Amino acid sequence: MSSKIYDFSTLTGSIDAALNSWMSPGLAVLSEMVIIGLLFLTFYALLGLFLVYLERKVCAVIQNRVGPNRVGKWGLLQTIADLIKLLMKELIPIRKADHLLFLIAPFIVIIASFMAMGAVPFAKGLHVLDFNIGVFYVMAVSSLGVVGILIAGWSSNSKYSLIGAMRSGAQIVSYELSVGLSLMAIVVFSGTMSLSGIIESQADGWWIFKGHIPAFVAFIVFLIASTAEINRGPFDLAEAESELTAGFHTEYSGIKFAFFFLAEYINMFIVAALGATVFLGGWMPFHIGNWEGFNQVMDYIPSIVWFFAKTFFIIYVIMWFKWTFPRLRIDQLLTLEWKFLLPISMVNILLIAFLVMMHWHF
Amino acid sequence: MSEEIIKDVIVRESEDYIINMGPQHPSTHGVLRFEVCLKGETVKYLIPHIGYIHRGIEKMCEADTYQQIIHLTDRMDYLSAHINNEAVCMVVEEAMQVEVPERVKYIRTILDELNRIASHQLWWCAFGMDLGALTAFFYGLRDREHILDIFEESFGSRLLHSFNTPGGLMHDVHPNFQKRTKEFITYFRKKLPEYDQLLTGNIIFQERVKGVGYMSREKAIAYGVTGPSGRGSNLACDIRKIAPYGAYDKVQFDEILMTEGDTFARYQVRMGEMLESMKIIEQLVDNIPEGDFTAKMKPIIKLPAGEYFKRVETARGELAVYVVSDGNKTPYRMKFRSPNFSNLFVMNELAAGGKIADLVAISGSLDLVIPDIDR
Amino acid sequence: MNSISKYFSDLFRGISSLWAGMRVTGKYFISPGQIVTQQYPENRATLKMEPRFKGEIIMPHDENNQHACTGCGICEINCPNGSIEIITDRVPNVDGKPERVIDKHIFHLSMCTFCGLCVKTCPSDALAFGQEFEHAVFDRHKLTKVLNQPGSSLKKEAKK
Repeated sequence: MSSKIYDFSTLTGSIDAALNSWMSPGLAVLSEMVIIGLLFLTFYALLGLFLVYLERKVCAVIQNRVGPNRVGKWGLLQTIADLIKLLMKELIPIRKADHLLFLIAPFIVIIASFMAMGAVPFAKGLHVLDFNIGVFYVMAVSSLGVVGILIAGWSSNSKYSLIGAMRSGAQIVSYELSVGLSLMAIVVFSGTMSLSGIIESQADGWWIFKGHIPAFVAFIVFLIASTAEINRGPFDLAEAESELTAGFHTEYSGIKFAFFFLAEYINMFIVAALGATVFLGGWMPFHIGNWEGFNQVMDYIPSIVWFFAKTFFIIYVIMWFKWTFPRLRIDQLLTLEWKFLLPISMVNILLIAFLVMMHWHF
Repeated sequence: MSEEIIKDVIVRESEDYIINMGPQHPSTHGVLRFEVCLKGETVKYLIPHIGYIHRGIEKMCEADTYQQIIHLTDRMDYLSAHINNEAVCMVVEEAMQVEVPERVKYIRTILDELNRIASHQLWWCAFGMDLGALTAFFYGLRDREHILDIFEESFGSRLLHSFNTPGGLMHDVHPNFQKRTKEFITYFRKKLPEYDQLLTGNIIFQERVKGVGYMSREKAIAYGVTGPSGRGSNLACDIRKIAPYGAYDKVQFDEILMTEGDTFARYQVRMGEMLESMKIIEQLVDNIPEGDFTAKMKPIIKLPAGEYFKRVETARGELAVYVVSDGNKTPYRMKFRSPNFSNLFVMNELAAGGKIADLVAISGSLDLVIPDIDR
Repeated sequence: MNSISKYFSDLFRGISSLWAGMRVTGKYFISPGQIVTQQYPENRATLKMEPRFKGEIIMPHDENNQHACTGCGICEINCPNGSIEIITDRVPNVDGKPERVIDKHIFHLSMCTFCGLCVKTCPSDALAFGQEFEHAVFDRHKLTKVLNQPGSSLKKEAKK
């Protein structure tokens, strides 16, 4: 473990000490929670806006277009302009809708993604919730979002929405298995469920390289299954705008629609961050065995840069999928999961258990 | 025979779960409404409702002279506007017993085929979009732009170019026309393999379209399905082969026939037709004879009293024009047999029993243009 | 055994077909030079429509503010949509005989379908297509245009 990497816990620790010296411990914890909450809200909003912008630019270049380029330099303020527009739009009430559920559905979706965000290790020591069951926590919390989607589809009293929500339910319940099993592969390798522990175990090489072919297979399965779980193309059946117009959020307008939209992009970020953390070493720099010089050069790059570079690489791959493939049909979606991904990841995890038992991994 | 093939009675029940696809729905490509009865995700039956864009073109034709009718036919199947024009022009020419110059025939045929390629390109991108491949949409439109540029240079308009006139053409094609057409062919031959890589070969795409919406040859005949949709069911219905018009008797080309009858067969027919159209253009574009761009026509055309009938192959199937004249300068009755109208009503047979996603794929593969259905 | 090998061959064929599609989109992603979008309002200076482009109907006037329209009304008759109205006037010519001249040649752009019959049938070639295509206005009355310029007169050589 090289000590060159800047540890953010010295910064957060000093802030914590300073707060504790000024006020009582209870108040200090409270103020820390408020500060972190505000920081996260800001980060969440900015990240969402940036991801929407990024997606538009990426798909534009893939499709031989320019993409947003009117508002601000290179159209950077376009999404902010869109946000202002969405904020000013009327929230259309739906007749015969279940108003309470209709109102809270977007909040459930956005809270689920917000909670999952807390467990993401952004850099060394920059980690809000470092559970000993971090992987499990992210999985559990991020799948809460489907409840919001189901409620949204049910409560809006629209047939299109209901079909979209039902599709989404079937889809997320199935793909949860593959995501879990593919993450479990690395948990078996590293012997811990804590995200920081998984990162520490990759100090001498990322699991995707260390774990032989099974780790790579687990990574591919994770990419596919997590794309399906966040309802993005080619698995965007819940929205499927050519079939169901907009699926579960057909009837939403204004900022409530924006919440769904934002949550979708943040979920993409969380999935990519989780994939980067578990398979690509998170904030851990790229190290090769015992090349000391090379490893030291890599250590000079701040850990936060490593994290975001890896995360955005996975985000790009997910976008690349979306803008290339046609959408699957619902029965094919379930076939893919139950006939291909699940057996593969089950065999894979047995293989990994065997590898680990024989100590064949690096 | 026909009783077995055509299921024309749909029994509605009070507990049916009905959703309305359309008139404003992204995958009906216009103001068409499908009344879809669902059982879970499965389509139980489907009733098309038409007439949302009925403009009464046939009735309007009765008040217009034959030159004026041309611009109305543009607005039926707007994606094969030139072919529609030609159908009316040929009826008038036949009735007046005017022999159009060879040059006109060649140019009309080339334009027909360019129009057909443009139409199939638009179909390809819309079909991709129906299936969720949004990038396909932009690649198709990008290549279609080249054809529209050729049209714009020669006729001044990109989509609705009333370029034909009874007896010939409005004016001669642009001097650059041959050069640019050849440039386009070289360009598009390079880009077409990309279409295959992006969509045709894609496993998700193949799973979505193979075996979906099977139409037997008998059913195609019974419903009068023509064009690429009919040829996907092994129905040799190409008017360019059956009753050659223009310069089609002077060129070698294959009528693409598929035996599978499913959505993928209809897809492959259209992809093959783009290649065939390019072959036709290549054979003609260098050999356009010199001559007049129009035959001598009187300024006021009065068809001799009688009935006249002519059919052409548009990008979507057989367009037949039937004119009853009472000797005046306007037709007594004008009737268009539009391909989309017949192609639409086979939808229930193809989509019932499939999933909603299949319904979208099938309606995409029939390549419906709604203004042509309603007229 | 056969079914197992089929399972795996299906899997790999599927993956390779997906990779073929991703190669196409990936190729375009790394070559932004292929972007075909036209930056429309910025390229106004260089954006030239084709000479034959049917943007609107115009009546060309020469440097003496003279046009070729005799007011015969053939374009009005030929227009399928009634988008041309001609108001003629009778004024005495040099010999003192009353002569037909156009007072107003009114063109309703909002009704025009650009079929080109008026331009084609005009016996004195007084009409032509203009290349203007930015027709959006806030008031539709602005789409009704008078084609002959105020104070214009008939070209003499065009009369015969």
